[in-house]
Amino acid sequence: MDRFPNHRFLPYALVFPSITVIAIFLIYPFGQAIYQSFHRINPVRRQLVYVGWRNYVEMFRSPEYLYSFRNTFIFAVLVIGLGLVISLCIALLTTQNIRGAGFYQVAFVWTYAMSPIIAGVMWSLIFDPSIGLMTHVIGNLTGYWINFFNDTVAAFILVTVASIWVMLGYNIVFFIAGLQNVPHELKEAASIDGATTWQVFWVVTFPMLSPTVAFLVFVNTVYAFFQSFGLVDVVTMGGPNRSTEFLIYKIYKDGFGRMQEGQAAAQSVVLFIIIAIVGAIQIYTSTKSAVYDR
Amino acid sequence: MAVNRKLITKIVIHLILISTLIVVAFPIYYALVMATHTHQDAYAFPPKLTPGKELFSNIKEAWQRVKMATLLKNSLIIAITVSIGKITFSILAAFAFTHFKFKGSWLLFPLAMVTQMMPLPVRVIPLYRMMAQLGWLNTYWALTVPYLASTTGIILFRQFYLTVPAELADAARVDGATPMQYLRRILLPLSWTNVAALLVIEFVYMWNEYLWPNIAITASNMRVAQMGLRMLYTSERGAAEWNIIMAGTLIIMLPPLIILILFRKQFSEGIAMQTTK
Repeated sequence: MDRFPNHRFLPYALVFPSITVIAIFLIYPFGQAIYQSFHRINPVRRQLVYVGWRNYVEMFRSPEYLYSFRNTFIFAVLVIGLGLVISLCIALLTTQNIRGAGFYQVAFVWTYAMSPIIAGVMWSLIFDPSIGLMTHVIGNLTGYWINFFNDTVAAFILVTVASIWVMLGYNIVFFIAGLQNVPHELKEAASIDGATTWQVFWVVTFPMLSPTVAFLVFVNTVYAFFQSFGLVDVVTMGGPNRSTEFLIYKIYKDGFGRMQEGQAAAQSVVLFIIIAIVGAIQIYTSTKSAVYDR
Repeated sequence: MAVNRKLITKIVIHLILISTLIVVAFPIYYALVMATHTHQDAYAFPPKLTPGKELFSNIKEAWQRVKMATLLKNSLIIAITVSIGKITFSILAAFAFTHFKFKGSWLLFPLAMVTQMMPLPVRVIPLYRMMAQLGWLNTYWALTVPYLASTTGIILFRQFYLTVPAELADAARVDGATPMQYLRRILLPLSWTNVAALLVIEFVYMWNEYLWPNIAITASNMRVAQMGLRMLYTSERGAAEWNIIMAGTLIIMLPPLIILILFRKQFSEGIAMQTTK
Protein backbone atom coordinates (compact mmCIF):
# COMPACT_ATOMS: atom_id res chain seq x y z
CA MET A 1 0.00 0.00 0.00
CA ASP A 2 2.60 2.54 1.05
CA ARG A 3 5.01 2.43 -1.84
CA PHE A 4 6.58 5.84 -1.34
CA PRO A 5 6.95 6.10 2.45
CA ASN A 6 9.14 9.21 2.32
CA HIS A 7 6.45 11.39 0.83
CA ARG A 8 4.17 12.29 3.71
CA PHE A 9 2.64 15.41 2.22
CA LEU A 10 2.13 14.33 -1.38
CA PRO A 11 -1.01 12.15 -0.99
CA TYR A 12 -2.92 15.08 0.53
CA ALA A 13 -1.95 17.26 -2.41
CA LEU A 14 -3.09 14.52 -4.80
CA VAL A 15 -6.57 14.17 -3.34
CA PHE A 16 -6.94 17.92 -2.73
CA PRO A 17 -8.57 18.86 -6.10
CA SER A 18 -11.20 16.12 -5.93
CA ILE A 19 -11.99 16.63 -2.27
CA THR A 20 -12.29 20.39 -2.71
CA VAL A 21 -14.77 20.10 -5.56
CA ILE A 22 -16.78 17.48 -3.68
CA ALA A 23 -16.87 19.59 -0.52
CA ILE A 24 -17.76 22.90 -2.17
CA PHE A 25 -20.05 21.82 -4.98
CA LEU A 26 -21.60 18.64 -3.61
CA ILE A 27 -21.70 18.42 0.13
CA TYR A 28 -22.15 22.11 0.91
CA PRO A 29 -25.06 22.68 -1.52
CA PHE A 30 -26.69 19.50 -0.33
CA GLY A 31 -26.48 20.75 3.24
CA GLN A 32 -28.06 23.96 1.99
CA ALA A 33 -30.88 21.98 0.38
CA ILE A 34 -31.64 20.33 3.71
CA TYR A 35 -31.55 23.72 5.43
CA GLN A 36 -33.81 25.31 2.82
CA SER A 37 -36.28 22.47 3.07
CA PHE A 38 -37.18 23.72 6.57
CA HIS A 39 -37.58 27.30 5.39
CA ARG A 40 -39.67 29.40 3.10
CA ILE A 41 -39.02 32.69 1.41
CA ASN A 42 -41.01 35.60 2.71
CA PRO A 43 -41.94 37.33 -0.52
CA VAL A 44 -42.33 40.74 1.06
CA ARG A 45 -39.08 40.98 2.98
CA ARG A 46 -37.32 38.47 0.73
CA GLN A 47 -35.79 36.52 3.57
CA LEU A 48 -35.91 32.93 4.76
CA VAL A 49 -38.43 32.07 7.44
CA TYR A 50 -38.18 28.88 9.47
CA VAL A 51 -41.28 26.73 8.97
CA GLY A 52 -40.30 23.42 10.60
CA TRP A 53 -41.66 20.34 8.82
CA ARG A 54 -44.37 22.30 7.04
CA ASN A 55 -42.84 21.91 3.56
CA TYR A 56 -42.70 18.15 4.02
CA VAL A 57 -46.15 17.80 5.56
CA GLU A 58 -47.81 19.89 2.87
CA MET A 59 -45.89 18.08 0.18
CA PHE A 60 -47.23 14.67 1.19
CA ARG A 61 -50.73 16.09 1.52
CA SER A 62 -50.63 17.68 -1.92
CA PRO A 63 -52.59 15.60 -4.47
CA GLU A 64 -50.43 17.13 -7.19
CA TYR A 65 -47.26 15.85 -5.56
CA LEU A 66 -48.67 12.40 -4.86
CA TYR A 67 -49.86 12.14 -8.46
CA SER A 68 -46.38 13.09 -9.68
CA PHE A 69 -44.85 10.60 -7.25
CA ARG A 70 -47.12 7.81 -8.49
CA ASN A 71 -46.42 8.52 -12.15
CA THR A 72 -42.67 8.74 -11.58
CA PHE A 73 -42.80 5.44 -9.76
CA ILE A 74 -44.71 3.67 -12.56
CA PHE A 75 -42.36 5.21 -15.12
CA ALA A 76 -39.28 4.09 -13.20
CA VAL A 77 -40.59 0.54 -12.76
CA LEU A 78 -41.32 0.26 -16.49
CA VAL A 79 -37.98 1.71 -17.56
CA ILE A 80 -36.02 -0.47 -15.14
CA GLY A 81 -38.09 -3.65 -15.49
CA LEU A 82 -38.76 -3.73 -19.22
CA GLY A 83 -35.48 -2.06 -20.09
CA LEU A 84 -33.32 -4.50 -18.17
CA VAL A 85 -35.22 -7.59 -19.31
CA ILE A 86 -34.96 -6.58 -22.98
CA SER A 87 -31.27 -5.65 -22.66
CA LEU A 88 -30.41 -8.86 -20.83
CA CYS A 89 -32.15 -10.94 -23.52
CA ILE A 90 -30.24 -9.15 -26.27
CA ALA A 91 -26.95 -9.45 -24.35
CA LEU A 92 -27.56 -13.17 -23.78
CA LEU A 93 -28.21 -13.75 -27.49
CA THR A 94 -25.13 -11.80 -28.59
CA THR A 95 -22.87 -13.80 -26.27
CA GLN A 96 -23.98 -17.15 -27.72
CA ASN A 97 -21.57 -19.12 -29.83
CA ILE A 98 -22.74 -17.73 -33.18
CA ARG A 99 -21.04 -16.20 -36.19
CA GLY A 100 -21.00 -12.40 -36.09
CA ALA A 101 -21.45 -12.22 -32.31
CA GLY A 102 -18.87 -9.41 -32.22
CA PHE A 103 -20.80 -7.47 -34.84
CA TYR A 104 -24.04 -7.68 -32.88
CA GLN A 105 -22.30 -6.65 -29.66
CA VAL A 106 -21.11 -3.46 -31.35
CA ALA A 107 -24.30 -2.86 -33.31
CA PHE A 108 -26.41 -2.34 -30.19
CA VAL A 109 -24.01 -0.04 -28.33
CA TRP A 110 -24.58 3.24 -30.10
CA THR A 111 -27.85 4.30 -28.45
CA TYR A 112 -25.56 5.03 -25.50
CA ALA A 113 -24.36 8.17 -27.30
CA MET A 114 -27.89 9.53 -27.76
CA SER A 115 -29.25 12.08 -25.33
CA PRO A 116 -32.70 11.72 -23.74
CA ILE A 117 -33.81 14.74 -25.77
CA ILE A 118 -32.69 13.16 -29.04
CA ALA A 119 -34.55 9.99 -28.08
CA GLY A 120 -37.62 12.06 -27.34
CA VAL A 121 -37.45 13.95 -30.62
CA MET A 122 -36.97 10.78 -32.68
CA TRP A 123 -39.78 8.87 -31.00
CA SER A 124 -42.15 11.80 -31.13
CA LEU A 125 -41.78 11.68 -34.91
CA ILE A 126 -42.83 8.03 -34.81
CA PHE A 127 -45.74 8.98 -32.53
CA ASP A 128 -46.56 12.18 -34.42
CA PRO A 129 -50.36 12.65 -34.49
CA SER A 130 -50.53 13.30 -38.23
CA ILE A 131 -47.60 11.48 -39.88
CA GLY A 132 -46.27 9.17 -37.16
CA LEU A 133 -45.84 5.58 -38.33
CA MET A 134 -46.89 4.22 -34.95
CA THR A 135 -49.97 6.43 -35.00
CA HIS A 136 -50.94 4.98 -38.39
CA VAL A 137 -50.23 1.38 -37.45
CA ILE A 138 -52.27 1.61 -34.25
CA GLY A 139 -54.97 3.65 -35.96
CA ASN A 140 -55.38 1.18 -38.80
CA LEU A 141 -55.38 -1.84 -36.50
CA THR A 142 -57.67 -0.57 -33.76
CA GLY A 143 -59.46 2.42 -35.26
CA TYR A 144 -58.12 4.54 -32.38
CA TRP A 145 -55.90 7.47 -33.40
CA ILE A 146 -53.47 8.41 -30.70
CA ASN A 147 -52.39 12.00 -30.12
CA PHE A 148 -49.77 12.50 -27.47
CA PHE A 149 -50.52 16.23 -27.26
CA ASN A 150 -53.76 15.52 -25.46
CA ASP A 151 -53.82 11.79 -24.74
CA THR A 152 -52.25 11.06 -21.34
CA VAL A 153 -51.64 7.35 -22.02
CA ALA A 154 -50.04 8.02 -25.41
CA ALA A 155 -47.73 10.65 -23.91
CA PHE A 156 -46.76 8.32 -21.09
CA ILE A 157 -46.04 5.46 -23.51
CA LEU A 158 -44.01 7.76 -25.76
CA VAL A 159 -41.82 8.91 -22.87
CA THR A 160 -41.37 5.36 -21.58
CA VAL A 161 -40.50 3.83 -24.96
CA ALA A 162 -38.00 6.59 -25.74
CA SER A 163 -36.36 6.11 -22.34
CA ILE A 164 -36.06 2.35 -22.65
CA TRP A 165 -34.65 2.80 -26.13
CA VAL A 166 -32.03 5.35 -25.13
CA MET A 167 -30.81 3.21 -22.20
CA LEU A 168 -30.50 0.01 -24.27
CA GLY A 169 -26.91 0.62 -25.38
CA TYR A 170 -25.59 1.27 -21.90
CA ASN A 171 -27.44 -1.67 -20.35
CA ILE A 172 -26.33 -4.08 -23.07
CA VAL A 173 -22.65 -3.08 -22.76
CA PHE A 174 -22.71 -3.77 -19.04
CA PHE A 175 -24.64 -7.04 -19.39
CA ILE A 176 -22.21 -8.28 -22.04
CA ALA A 177 -19.27 -7.40 -19.77
CA GLY A 178 -20.96 -9.17 -16.87
CA LEU A 179 -21.84 -12.25 -18.92
CA GLN A 180 -18.31 -12.59 -20.24
CA ASN A 181 -17.03 -12.70 -16.67
CA VAL A 182 -19.06 -15.82 -15.89
CA PRO A 183 -16.53 -18.69 -16.05
CA HIS A 184 -17.25 -21.15 -18.83
CA GLU A 185 -16.24 -24.15 -16.66
CA LEU A 186 -19.04 -23.42 -14.21
CA LYS A 187 -21.70 -23.45 -16.91
CA GLU A 188 -20.21 -26.58 -18.49
CA ALA A 189 -20.03 -28.37 -15.15
CA ALA A 190 -23.68 -27.57 -14.54
CA SER A 191 -24.81 -28.81 -17.95
CA ILE A 192 -22.73 -32.00 -17.62
CA ASP A 193 -24.56 -32.58 -14.35
CA GLY A 194 -27.76 -32.54 -16.40
CA ALA A 195 -28.98 -28.99 -15.90
CA THR A 196 -31.06 -27.53 -18.74
CA THR A 197 -30.09 -24.23 -20.38
CA TRP A 198 -32.82 -22.54 -18.36
CA GLN A 199 -31.51 -24.00 -15.08
CA VAL A 200 -27.92 -23.08 -15.92
CA PHE A 201 -29.04 -19.50 -16.43
CA TRP A 202 -30.89 -19.19 -13.15
CA VAL A 203 -28.55 -21.23 -10.97
CA VAL A 204 -25.14 -20.27 -12.38
CA THR A 205 -25.28 -17.23 -14.63
CA PHE A 206 -27.84 -15.03 -12.92
CA PRO A 207 -26.34 -15.11 -9.39
CA MET A 208 -22.96 -14.16 -10.81
CA LEU A 209 -24.63 -11.38 -12.72
CA SER A 210 -26.33 -9.92 -9.64
CA PRO A 211 -23.76 -7.12 -9.05
CA THR A 212 -24.25 -6.03 -12.67
CA VAL A 213 -28.03 -6.14 -12.27
CA ALA A 214 -27.85 -4.14 -9.03
CA PHE A 215 -25.57 -1.59 -10.65
CA LEU A 216 -27.84 -1.23 -13.67
CA VAL A 217 -30.92 -0.91 -11.47
CA PHE A 218 -29.18 1.99 -9.76
CA VAL A 219 -28.12 3.68 -13.00
CA ASN A 220 -31.57 3.25 -14.54
CA THR A 221 -33.19 4.61 -11.39
CA VAL A 222 -31.01 7.70 -11.67
CA TYR A 223 -32.03 7.93 -15.32
CA ALA A 224 -35.74 7.59 -14.57
CA PHE A 225 -35.67 10.10 -11.73
CA PHE A 226 -33.28 12.71 -13.15
CA GLN A 227 -32.05 12.24 -16.68
CA SER A 228 -35.56 11.92 -18.07
CA PHE A 229 -35.93 15.65 -17.37
CA GLY A 230 -34.75 16.72 -20.82
CA LEU A 231 -37.10 14.34 -22.59
CA VAL A 232 -40.09 15.53 -20.60
CA ASP A 233 -39.18 19.21 -20.78
CA VAL A 234 -38.80 19.18 -24.54
CA VAL A 235 -41.39 16.69 -25.76
CA THR A 236 -44.35 16.73 -23.37
CA MET A 237 -43.62 19.66 -21.01
CA GLY A 238 -45.03 17.58 -18.19
CA GLY A 239 -48.38 17.16 -19.91
CA PRO A 240 -50.96 16.43 -20.93
CA ASN A 241 -52.78 16.95 -17.63
CA ARG A 242 -49.52 16.57 -15.67
CA SER A 243 -49.32 12.89 -16.64
CA THR A 244 -45.59 13.15 -17.39
CA GLU A 245 -44.80 15.74 -14.73
CA PHE A 246 -42.23 13.58 -12.98
CA LEU A 247 -40.69 14.54 -9.64
CA ILE A 248 -37.61 16.22 -11.09
CA TYR A 249 -39.74 18.25 -13.46
CA LYS A 250 -41.92 19.34 -10.56
CA ILE A 251 -38.87 20.42 -8.55
CA TYR A 252 -37.78 22.49 -11.52
CA LYS A 253 -41.19 24.09 -11.92
CA ASP A 254 -41.71 24.77 -8.22
CA GLY A 255 -38.16 25.93 -7.59
CA PHE A 256 -37.55 28.05 -10.66
CA GLY A 257 -40.98 28.71 -12.17
CA ARG A 258 -42.99 29.42 -9.03
CA MET A 259 -40.05 30.53 -6.85
CA GLN A 260 -41.06 28.15 -4.06
CA GLU A 261 -37.50 27.23 -3.14
CA GLY A 262 -38.25 25.76 0.26
CA GLN A 263 -40.92 23.44 -1.11
CA ALA A 264 -38.70 22.40 -3.99
CA ALA A 265 -35.79 21.78 -1.60
CA ALA A 266 -37.97 19.45 0.47
CA GLN A 267 -38.78 17.54 -2.73
CA SER A 268 -35.05 17.30 -3.51
CA VAL A 269 -34.37 15.79 -0.11
CA VAL A 270 -37.05 13.14 -0.72
CA LEU A 271 -35.46 12.35 -4.10
CA PHE A 272 -32.09 12.01 -2.39
CA ILE A 273 -33.54 9.54 0.11
CA ILE A 274 -35.00 7.41 -2.70
CA ILE A 275 -31.69 7.36 -4.57
CA ALA A 276 -29.79 6.66 -1.34
CA ILE A 277 -31.97 3.60 -0.64
CA VAL A 278 -31.47 2.18 -4.14
CA GLY A 279 -27.75 2.99 -3.90
CA ALA A 280 -27.43 1.27 -0.53
CA ILE A 281 -29.11 -1.85 -1.95
CA GLN A 282 -26.66 -1.79 -4.85
CA ILE A 283 -23.62 -1.53 -2.57
CA TYR A 284 -25.01 -4.27 -0.31
CA THR A 285 -25.57 -6.58 -3.30
CA SER A 286 -22.13 -5.99 -4.78
CA THR A 287 -20.33 -6.63 -1.48
CA LYS A 288 -22.43 -9.70 -0.70
CA SER A 289 -21.69 -11.19 -4.09
CA ALA A 290 -17.97 -11.01 -3.30
CA VAL A 291 -18.58 -14.56 -2.05
CA TYR A 292 -18.69 -15.67 -5.67
CA ASP A 293 -15.37 -14.04 -6.43
CA ARG A 294 -13.40 -17.07 -5.30
CA MET B 1 -30.83 -34.67 -35.75
CA ALA B 2 -28.79 -33.05 -32.97
CA VAL B 3 -26.74 -31.07 -35.49
CA ASN B 4 -29.91 -29.90 -37.17
CA ARG B 5 -31.39 -28.66 -33.93
CA LYS B 6 -28.25 -26.69 -33.17
CA LEU B 7 -28.33 -25.15 -36.63
CA ILE B 8 -31.98 -24.20 -36.27
CA THR B 9 -31.30 -22.61 -32.87
CA LYS B 10 -28.53 -20.52 -34.41
CA ILE B 11 -30.73 -19.40 -37.28
CA VAL B 12 -33.47 -18.43 -34.85
CA ILE B 13 -30.98 -16.42 -32.77
CA HIS B 14 -29.80 -14.58 -35.88
CA LEU B 15 -33.38 -13.85 -36.91
CA ILE B 16 -34.27 -12.46 -33.48
CA LEU B 17 -31.12 -10.34 -33.29
CA ILE B 18 -31.52 -8.95 -36.79
CA SER B 19 -35.17 -8.04 -36.31
CA THR B 20 -34.42 -6.43 -32.92
CA LEU B 21 -31.59 -4.48 -34.51
CA ILE B 22 -33.93 -3.21 -37.23
CA VAL B 23 -36.45 -2.05 -34.64
CA VAL B 24 -33.75 -0.37 -32.52
CA ALA B 25 -32.11 1.31 -35.52
CA PHE B 26 -35.35 2.38 -37.15
CA PRO B 27 -35.81 5.73 -35.34
CA ILE B 28 -32.36 6.83 -36.53
CA TYR B 29 -33.00 5.65 -40.06
CA TYR B 30 -36.35 7.41 -40.16
CA ALA B 31 -34.76 10.59 -38.78
CA LEU B 32 -32.09 10.39 -41.45
CA VAL B 33 -34.68 9.95 -44.19
CA MET B 34 -36.77 12.84 -42.85
CA ALA B 35 -33.72 15.09 -42.91
CA THR B 36 -33.39 14.58 -46.67
CA HIS B 37 -36.91 15.61 -47.68
CA THR B 38 -38.70 18.86 -48.34
CA HIS B 39 -41.33 19.97 -45.83
CA GLN B 40 -44.02 18.85 -48.24
CA ASP B 41 -42.50 15.41 -48.80
CA ALA B 42 -42.08 14.93 -45.05
CA TYR B 43 -45.87 15.05 -44.82
CA ALA B 44 -46.51 12.87 -47.86
CA PHE B 45 -48.91 9.97 -47.56
CA PRO B 46 -48.03 7.11 -47.55
CA PRO B 47 -44.84 8.20 -45.72
CA LYS B 48 -41.67 8.24 -47.81
CA LEU B 49 -39.17 5.76 -46.39
CA THR B 50 -36.44 6.34 -48.93
CA PRO B 51 -34.05 9.32 -48.90
CA GLY B 52 -34.73 12.53 -50.83
CA LYS B 53 -32.29 15.16 -52.04
CA GLU B 54 -32.67 18.03 -49.58
CA LEU B 55 -30.20 16.95 -46.88
CA PHE B 56 -27.75 19.81 -47.38
CA SER B 57 -30.31 22.57 -47.64
CA ASN B 58 -32.05 21.23 -44.51
CA ILE B 59 -28.78 21.10 -42.62
CA LYS B 60 -28.00 24.63 -43.74
CA GLU B 61 -31.43 25.81 -42.61
CA ALA B 62 -31.13 24.12 -39.18
CA TRP B 63 -27.58 25.40 -38.82
CA GLN B 64 -28.62 29.01 -39.32
CA ARG B 65 -31.87 28.82 -37.40
CA VAL B 66 -30.31 27.91 -34.04
CA LYS B 67 -26.81 29.37 -34.53
CA MET B 68 -25.39 25.87 -34.59
CA ALA B 69 -21.74 26.99 -34.63
CA THR B 70 -22.10 28.66 -31.23
CA LEU B 71 -23.96 25.67 -29.75
CA LEU B 72 -21.37 23.16 -30.95
CA LYS B 73 -18.50 25.36 -29.81
CA ASN B 74 -19.93 25.72 -26.29
CA SER B 75 -20.76 22.03 -25.94
CA LEU B 76 -17.33 21.03 -27.20
CA ILE B 77 -15.60 23.37 -24.77
CA ILE B 78 -17.48 22.10 -21.74
CA ALA B 79 -17.39 18.42 -22.74
CA ILE B 80 -13.64 18.47 -23.39
CA THR B 81 -12.79 20.57 -20.32
CA VAL B 82 -14.85 18.41 -17.97
CA SER B 83 -13.55 15.14 -19.49
CA ILE B 84 -9.91 16.16 -19.18
CA GLY B 85 -10.42 17.72 -15.75
CA LYS B 86 -12.23 14.70 -14.36
CA ILE B 87 -9.70 12.25 -15.77
CA THR B 88 -6.80 14.25 -14.30
CA PHE B 89 -8.40 14.64 -10.88
CA SER B 90 -9.38 10.96 -10.82
CA ILE B 91 -5.89 9.74 -11.73
CA LEU B 92 -4.27 11.90 -9.04
CA ALA B 93 -6.72 10.80 -6.35
CA ALA B 94 -6.62 7.13 -7.37
CA PHE B 95 -2.81 7.26 -7.27
CA ALA B 96 -2.95 8.63 -3.72
CA PHE B 97 -5.46 6.00 -2.59
CA THR B 98 -3.45 3.09 -4.01
CA HIS B 99 0.19 4.06 -3.44
CA PHE B 100 0.25 5.91 -0.14
CA LYS B 101 -0.72 5.40 3.43
CA PHE B 102 -2.18 8.58 4.84
CA LYS B 103 -4.70 9.79 7.36
CA GLY B 104 -8.06 10.08 5.70
CA SER B 105 -7.51 7.37 3.13
CA TRP B 106 -10.53 5.59 4.62
CA LEU B 107 -12.60 8.49 3.26
CA LEU B 108 -12.62 7.04 -0.27
CA PHE B 109 -15.64 4.78 -0.01
CA PRO B 110 -17.84 7.04 2.10
CA LEU B 111 -17.09 9.85 -0.35
CA ALA B 112 -17.77 7.63 -3.33
CA MET B 113 -21.13 6.67 -1.85
CA VAL B 114 -22.04 10.23 -1.00
CA THR B 115 -21.21 11.62 -4.43
CA GLN B 116 -22.99 8.77 -6.15
CA MET B 117 -26.16 9.56 -4.22
CA MET B 118 -26.02 13.32 -4.70
CA PRO B 119 -26.42 13.78 -8.42
CA LEU B 120 -26.66 17.37 -9.50
CA PRO B 121 -30.49 17.52 -9.65
CA VAL B 122 -30.69 16.91 -5.90
CA ARG B 123 -28.75 20.10 -5.19
CA VAL B 124 -29.73 22.20 -8.18
CA ILE B 125 -31.52 24.94 -6.24
CA PRO B 126 -28.73 25.82 -3.76
CA LEU B 127 -26.19 25.41 -6.55
CA TYR B 128 -28.04 27.98 -8.60
CA ARG B 129 -27.89 30.46 -5.72
CA MET B 130 -24.23 29.76 -5.22
CA MET B 131 -23.46 30.38 -8.89
CA ALA B 132 -25.46 33.60 -8.78
CA GLN B 133 -23.44 34.79 -5.78
CA LEU B 134 -20.16 33.86 -7.46
CA GLY B 135 -21.27 35.64 -10.62
CA TRP B 136 -20.80 32.40 -12.55
CA LEU B 137 -24.22 32.23 -14.24
CA ASN B 138 -23.91 32.40 -18.02
CA THR B 139 -20.23 31.50 -17.90
CA TYR B 140 -18.23 28.35 -18.66
CA TRP B 141 -17.33 28.19 -14.96
CA ALA B 142 -20.89 27.21 -14.02
CA LEU B 143 -20.95 24.55 -16.73
CA THR B 144 -17.63 22.93 -15.85
CA VAL B 145 -16.40 23.37 -12.27
CA PRO B 146 -19.33 21.71 -10.42
CA TYR B 147 -18.80 18.58 -12.54
CA LEU B 148 -15.08 18.16 -11.98
CA ALA B 149 -15.02 15.61 -9.18
CA SER B 150 -15.80 12.07 -10.23
CA THR B 151 -15.70 9.19 -7.84
CA THR B 152 -16.64 6.92 -10.75
CA GLY B 153 -13.31 7.90 -12.26
CA ILE B 154 -11.39 7.50 -9.00
CA ILE B 155 -12.81 4.00 -8.50
CA LEU B 156 -12.15 3.05 -12.13
CA PHE B 157 -8.46 3.97 -11.88
CA ARG B 158 -8.16 2.56 -8.38
CA GLN B 159 -9.36 -0.87 -9.57
CA PHE B 160 -6.74 -0.79 -12.28
CA TYR B 161 -3.84 0.49 -10.16
CA LEU B 162 -4.45 -2.27 -7.64
CA THR B 163 -3.69 -4.82 -10.38
CA VAL B 164 -0.34 -3.20 -11.30
CA PRO B 165 2.47 -5.26 -9.72
CA ALA B 166 4.00 -3.59 -6.64
CA GLU B 167 7.49 -4.39 -7.93
CA LEU B 168 7.14 -1.70 -10.59
CA ALA B 169 6.79 1.05 -8.00
CA ASP B 170 9.53 -0.46 -5.83
CA ALA B 171 11.93 -0.67 -8.76
CA ALA B 172 11.18 2.93 -9.71
CA ARG B 173 11.79 4.06 -6.16
CA VAL B 174 15.08 2.18 -5.95
CA ASP B 175 16.13 3.83 -9.20
CA GLY B 176 15.53 7.17 -7.57
CA ALA B 177 12.29 8.14 -9.33
CA THR B 178 9.95 10.49 -7.50
CA PRO B 179 6.30 9.37 -7.15
CA MET B 180 5.20 11.87 -9.79
CA GLN B 181 7.84 10.61 -12.22
CA TYR B 182 6.64 7.07 -11.61
CA LEU B 183 3.05 8.15 -12.22
CA ARG B 184 3.87 9.99 -15.42
CA ARG B 185 6.38 7.62 -16.99
CA ILE B 186 5.15 4.21 -15.90
CA LEU B 187 1.62 4.22 -14.53
CA LEU B 188 0.04 6.65 -16.98
CA PRO B 189 1.23 4.86 -20.15
CA LEU B 190 -0.34 1.69 -18.73
CA SER B 191 -3.67 3.46 -18.13
CA TRP B 192 -4.67 4.49 -21.65
CA THR B 193 -7.54 2.01 -21.87
CA ASN B 194 -9.09 3.47 -18.73
CA VAL B 195 -8.41 7.01 -19.85
CA ALA B 196 -10.18 6.34 -23.17
CA ALA B 197 -13.09 4.58 -21.44
CA LEU B 198 -13.56 7.48 -19.05
CA LEU B 199 -13.24 9.95 -21.91
CA VAL B 200 -16.17 8.27 -23.68
CA ILE B 201 -18.27 8.17 -20.51
CA GLU B 202 -17.64 11.79 -19.54
CA PHE B 203 -17.81 13.27 -23.04
CA VAL B 204 -21.14 11.60 -23.75
CA TYR B 205 -22.45 12.60 -20.33
CA MET B 206 -21.47 16.26 -20.64
CA TRP B 207 -22.59 16.57 -24.25
CA ASN B 208 -26.01 15.29 -23.27
CA GLU B 209 -26.38 17.35 -20.07
CA TYR B 210 -29.46 19.53 -20.18
CA LEU B 211 -31.06 20.23 -16.79
CA TRP B 212 -28.20 22.26 -15.34
CA PRO B 213 -27.23 24.23 -18.49
CA ASN B 214 -30.90 25.00 -18.94
CA ILE B 215 -30.91 26.62 -15.49
CA ALA B 216 -27.46 28.21 -15.41
CA ILE B 217 -27.57 29.64 -18.94
CA THR B 218 -29.93 32.32 -20.23
CA ALA B 219 -27.63 34.22 -22.59
CA SER B 220 -28.03 33.08 -26.19
CA ASN B 221 -24.28 33.06 -26.90
CA MET B 222 -23.71 30.57 -24.05
CA ARG B 223 -26.34 27.99 -25.01
CA VAL B 224 -25.32 24.36 -25.41
CA ALA B 225 -26.30 21.86 -28.13
CA GLN B 226 -29.13 20.16 -26.23
CA MET B 227 -30.78 23.55 -25.68
CA GLY B 228 -30.59 24.17 -29.41
CA LEU B 229 -32.44 20.94 -29.99
CA ARG B 230 -35.25 22.14 -27.80
CA MET B 231 -35.40 25.41 -29.71
CA LEU B 232 -35.62 23.59 -33.04
CA TYR B 233 -38.23 21.19 -31.78
CA THR B 234 -40.57 23.53 -29.96
CA SER B 235 -40.47 26.33 -32.48
CA GLU B 236 -43.01 24.66 -34.72
CA ARG B 237 -45.40 22.77 -32.50
CA GLY B 238 -48.28 21.06 -34.26
CA ALA B 239 -47.04 21.41 -37.82
CA ALA B 240 -43.48 20.46 -36.98
CA GLU B 241 -40.92 20.95 -39.72
CA TRP B 242 -39.59 17.46 -39.26
CA ASN B 243 -37.07 17.77 -42.06
CA ILE B 244 -35.33 20.72 -40.36
CA ILE B 245 -35.67 19.29 -36.85
CA MET B 246 -34.10 15.99 -37.88
CA ALA B 247 -31.31 17.69 -39.82
CA GLY B 248 -30.43 19.56 -36.63
CA THR B 249 -30.75 16.39 -34.55
CA LEU B 250 -28.29 14.57 -36.79
CA ILE B 251 -25.68 17.30 -36.39
CA ILE B 252 -26.08 17.41 -32.61
CA MET B 253 -25.90 13.66 -32.10
CA LEU B 254 -22.77 13.26 -34.20
CA PRO B 255 -19.90 14.37 -31.86
CA PRO B 256 -20.62 11.91 -28.99
CA LEU B 257 -21.30 9.17 -31.55
CA ILE B 258 -17.91 9.76 -33.17
CA ILE B 259 -16.14 9.62 -29.80
CA LEU B 260 -17.97 6.39 -28.94
CA ILE B 261 -17.10 4.77 -32.27
CA LEU B 262 -13.46 5.88 -32.09
CA PHE B 263 -12.92 4.50 -28.58
CA ARG B 264 -15.47 1.69 -28.70
CA LYS B 265 -12.89 -1.00 -27.91
CA GLN B 266 -11.32 0.79 -24.96
CA PHE B 267 -14.80 1.69 -23.70
CA SER B 268 -15.92 -1.97 -23.60
CA GLU B 269 -12.62 -3.10 -22.11
CA GLY B 270 -12.73 -0.39 -19.45
CA ILE B 271 -16.23 -1.46 -18.48
CA ALA B 272 -15.26 -5.12 -18.42
CA MET B 273 -12.39 -4.18 -16.08
CA GLN B 274 -14.81 -2.32 -13.85
CA THR B 275 -17.27 -5.19 -13.56
CA THR B 276 -14.60 -7.79 -12.71
CA LYS B 277 -13.29 -5.76 -9.75
